Amino acid sequence: MTTTEHAPKTSPEVCGVGHSRRRVEDDRFIQGGGNYLDDIELSGMLHMAIVRSPLAHAEILSIDTSQAEAVDGVVAVVTGDLLAQYDLAWMPTLSGDTQAVLATDKVRFQGQEVAAVIATDPYVARDAAELVFVDYEPLPPIVNPQQGLAPDAPIIRTDKEGKTDNIAYTWESGDAQATEAAFARAARVVTLETHYPRSHPSPLETCGVIADVDPITSQATIYMTSQAPHAHRTVFALVAGLPEQNIRIISPDIGGGFGNKVPVYPGYVIATAASLVIGKPVKWIETRTGNLSSTGFARDYHMKGELALDADGRILGLRVDMTSDQGAFYADAQPTKFRAGLFHIVTGSYDYPAAHVSATGVYTNKAPGGVSYRCSFRVTEASYLIERLVQNAAYEIGMDPAEFRMLNFIRPDQFPYRSPTGFVYDSGDYETALRLAMDMVGYEDLRREQEEARREGRLMGIGIASFTEVVGAGPSKDYDILGLKMFDSAELRIHPTGKGILKLGVKTQGQGHETTFAQIVAEELGIPAADIKVVEGDTDNTPYGLGTYGSRSTPTAGAATSVVSRKLREKARKIAAHLLEASEEDLEWEVGKFFVRGSPESSVTIQDCVFAAYTNFPEGMEGGFEDVDYYDPPNMTFPFGSYIVVVDLDPDTGVWKVRRMIAVDDCGVRINPMIVEGQIHGGLTEGFAMSSMQWITYDEDGNCIGSNFMDYLIPTAWETPRFELGETVTPSPHHPIGAKGVGESATVGSPAAYVNAVIDALAHLGVRNIDMPLLPDRVWETIRSHSGAEGEG
Amino acid sequence: MEINVTVNGTPHTADVEPRMLLVDFIRSTIGLTGTHIGCDTTSCGVCTVLVDGTPMKTCTMFAVQADGRSLTTVEGLKRNGELHPIQAAFKEAHGLQCGFCTPAMMLVGSALIEENPDPSEEEVRWAISGNLCRCTGYMNIVKAIQLAAQNSTTGGTAE
Ligand code: FES
Ligand code: FES
Repeated sequence: MTTTEHAPKTSPEVCGVGHSRRRVEDDRFIQGGGNYLDDIELSGMLHMAIVRSPLAHAEILSIDTSQAEAVDGVVAVVTGDLLAQYDLAWMPTLSGDTQAVLATDKVRFQGQEVAAVIATDPYVARDAAELVFVDYEPLPPIVNPQQGLAPDAPIIRTDKEGKTDNIAYTWESGDAQATEAAFARAARVVTLETHYPRSHPSPLETCGVIADVDPITSQATIYMTSQAPHAHRTVFALVAGLPEQNIRIISPDIGGGFGNKVPVYPGYVIATAASLVIGKPVKWIETRTGNLSSTGFARDYHMKGELALDADGRILGLRVDMTSDQGAFYADAQPTKFRAGLFHIVTGSYDYPAAHVSATGVYTNKAPGGVSYRCSFRVTEASYLIERLVQNAAYEIGMDPAEFRMLNFIRPDQFPYRSPTGFVYDSGDYETALRLAMDMVGYEDLRREQEEARREGRLMGIGIASFTEVVGAGPSKDYDILGLKMFDSAELRIHPTGKGILKLGVKTQGQGHETTFAQIVAEELGIPAADIKVVEGDTDNTPYGLGTYGSRSTPTAGAATSVVSRKLREKARKIAAHLLEASEEDLEWEVGKFFVRGSPESSVTIQDCVFAAYTNFPEGMEGGFEDVDYYDPPNMTFPFGSYIVVVDLDPDTGVWKVRRMIAVDDCGVRINPMIVEGQIHGGLTEGFAMSSMQWITYDEDGNCIGSNFMDYLIPTAWETPRFELGETVTPSPHHPIGAKGVGESATVGSPAAYVNAVIDALAHLGVRNIDMPLLPDRVWETIRSHSGAEGEG
Repeated sequence: MEINVTVNGTPHTADVEPRMLLVDFIRSTIGLTGTHIGCDTTSCGVCTVLVDGTPMKTCTMFAVQADGRSLTTVEGLKRNGELHPIQAAFKEAHGLQCGFCTPAMMLVGSALIEENPDPSEEEVRWAISGNLCRCTGYMNIVKAIQLAAQNSTTGGTAE
C-alpha cells in the first residue's frame, strides 16, 4: 500500500478523521444479530408471492384466479383490475414516467408483475401463484433499441395516449456548433462504437417489504429495503394518497444496495395496498429470479464516441451519440433535469474546449430500471467511453497511452475547471495520480517486457484508466428527484453526560456509517467516536434527506454532520466563556476543550460545557445541547484516480488473467482509511465482473438470459484478482472536511482499465474494441478475425 | 414428519412438512435468523451452516434430511461467551461490509481452519469459492480467515 501520510489530528481514544476505526456495526453482524428485512416477524403477518409474465410482449386476454383463491390459506389474489379500483394500477417512476404496478392491458417484459397472491404461509402463497392462469395473445417483442427505432416497430407504450414511437426521451448537452468546428480543424478523428451491456447490482439480499397498516389508526408502518426512506415516504404519500404523517418507513439492516434499492417497486405498492385492504401486515420477499429479471437493471448504453485530435495529439473536441435501452418503463433513478443522468461527465479528465453529447432513450420489451449501480447516475458508462477512446487515440497516433493522457490532462492550476458540458470540477491532480500508479506497477519495465513478449508470440497487455467522477448530488438549484431537492441532513444531540446521538437522513447498506459519521463528530467536537450513537433508516426518528446512493452520503450528510457539530461547538464556546468567566474572544479551541488564551490551565472540556448546557447555562440561552443542519452542497465533488491493469492472454483459448491491478484513488480526505480501502476493493471487483463475465442479455423472443446466479455470473474469491492500492489526497475545497466520497469510484473507473489491458494485448493486431463482457470466446474470435493482420495496426 | 435436530448444542424436536427447506426450518421454526437466503439456485452460499462440522447450503437440503444431525449456525460460534477467533478476525481485518454473506463466510472459514490450521491464500480462496460476497472483493475476507488461523494456533485473539 502506497500512501501519502496524513496523521490524524485526534488521539486513538477520540478517534476522529483519519483513524482506521474498527466498525461498531460489526459486533451484531458477526454474531448473527443483524436485523435484515426478512428477519422481521409481525404477529398475524401474511405472505405475498408475485405471478410474473413468461412473455416479453403480449396482450392480456383474461386472468383466472379462481383456483388460486380456492387454496387453503390463501387470503386474496390481487390483479391489476383490482388495483385500478383504488387508482393504484400504475405508479410514477423516478424519471417522471409511469410504470404498471400490476399489468392490466398487456405485459411489456418477461418477468413483469401480473398478479399477487396473499396467503398465511409463504409456501402456500407460492403454490397458489402457480394456479393463477393468464391467457396471453403474444405480440412481437422488441429486444434492442435499434429494433425499437425501426419505422414499423410495434409501439410498446400503447398506454400513453397518442404515442406513435418507442422513444423514451431525447437529450443533449454541450455545444454542437463549437464541436463541429473542432472536428473541421482536426488532423485526425478517432472513433469508438461500443456497448456497455445490461448489468444488475444484485445485492445478496434481494428487495422486500413488510407493510403494516393498522386498520383502526390507519398508521402505516412500512419496513422496506430502502436506500432512501424519506423520499420513499413522500412517494408513498403521493402514490397511495396516505397522509404523510401516518406513514413511517423503517429501513432495517440492508444486505447491500448498490442502487438496486433506490426505486419504488411494484411489490412494495401491492403489499401496502393489500395490508390496507386486509388490515394485516403483509410481507413480500423478492426471489433472486424476480430480482434479476424485474427490478433495477443498470447500464445498457450503446455509445459512439469520436475524438478530434490536432497534429500533435492534443484533443480538440469530443462528439458522442448514445442510445440507451430503457426497457418497458423509463425508470432511471436520476435528477430530473438530466435525462441521461450525469453522462455528460464523458469529457473526462482532459482539457479541451468543445464537446457535444446527444442521447436517445428507447423503450424495449425488457425490464425497467436504469439504476445507478454503484455509480453516480450514468457516470460509469461515461467514464468507460472516454477512457477507451483516449487509449485508442494513443494507438492511432502511435503515442504511449500514458503519455497521451499526460499531454491532455487538465492541469492542477486549471481548477476549478469548467468542463465543456458545464460541470465545474472542484479539484484534481491527475498527473500525480497516474505517475504514482505507473511507479507502483513498474510501467516502463512492463512496456519493455511487452515488446519482448510480442517478439516471442506471447500476449500481455497493460490497460490504464484515469477517471474523473462526479458525485454528491447535489446543489439543490440543479439537482432534485421528482421535485425533491437533493440536500441532506444531520441532527446531533449530546446528552448531559457528554454522550450523544446523531441522526441522519441517509441510509447505510454496508458502508459503515455507524462508524464513520461518529468519527466526524469526534473530529469536530473532540467527543470520542465511541460515545456517539448513529441512527438512520427510521423516518419518524431522523431528519429529512434523500438517501444513500451516488456516493452522496459523505459529501452531503457528512458535511451536514460537520456543520451541525460546528454549530454546537459555538454554543459550547458561549457556555465555556460563562464557566470560565472569560470573554468568548479570549477562548481558544483545542480538540475537546476550550482554554483562556495565554493561560492553558484555565480550561473546560466539551463534556463540561455539555453538562452545563443542562445544569448551568448562561442567562438568556436556551437549555439543551442539540441542533440540526440541512446541508445544501455548493457544488458536486469530483473524485478521481488512475488504475493500471496488467493481463496475460492465452491466444489459443482467449482466456485472460489479471496479473496486477493497481488502483490509485484520490477521494479527498479519508474519514476512515480502512473503510475506504474496503469500498475500493468491492468496486474493483464489480468492475472486474462487468468486464469479464457479468451481464444480462435477452434472446430474440425477449427471454431474459441472466435471471439467476447460474447465468448471471458474479465472480467468486477464486476468479477475483488481488488489488494493490495507492492514494493521493487532493481535498475538496468546498466540503467542510475536504472529503469527496468513494463508494463508487472503483466501479466507475476500473472496467475501462481491465478492457484496455486486453485490447492493449491485441493492439498490435489492429484490435480496437471487444464489447464487454470480454468472455474468452469473444476474445478468441477477435484474435482469429485479426490474425494475419499483424503490422497493419 | 417428526425430526430431531441438534442446533448449536441444543436438541430440538419438531414436526415439519417433508418439503420444508432446512434454511426455513432454521430461520422460522428455530428462529435463528443469522442464516440467510440469497438465491434460488444454490449459488450464493449465504445459507451455509455446518452440518456435523461440514459446510452445507441449507437451501438445498430438506429439514427432514437433517434428522439426527448436529448443526452449527453463526449464533453457535461463540465459545463460553467469548467471540470465536474467526468472529474477532472478521472485525479486525474488516472482512465484512453489509454483513449478509458474513455468517456463512465465517462458518466456512472456521471449518477450513479446523482441517487446515495454516491455510495459504489459495487454499482460503478455494474454500470460500462457493460463497459469494458482493461488497468486499474478498481480499479482507481472505485476510480475516488467515488471521483467525494464526490466532487460533497461537491462542491469541485478533484484538
Ligand atoms: S440461498 Fe443461495 S445458496 Fe442457498
Ligand atoms: S459483506 Fe455484503 S455481501 Fe459480503
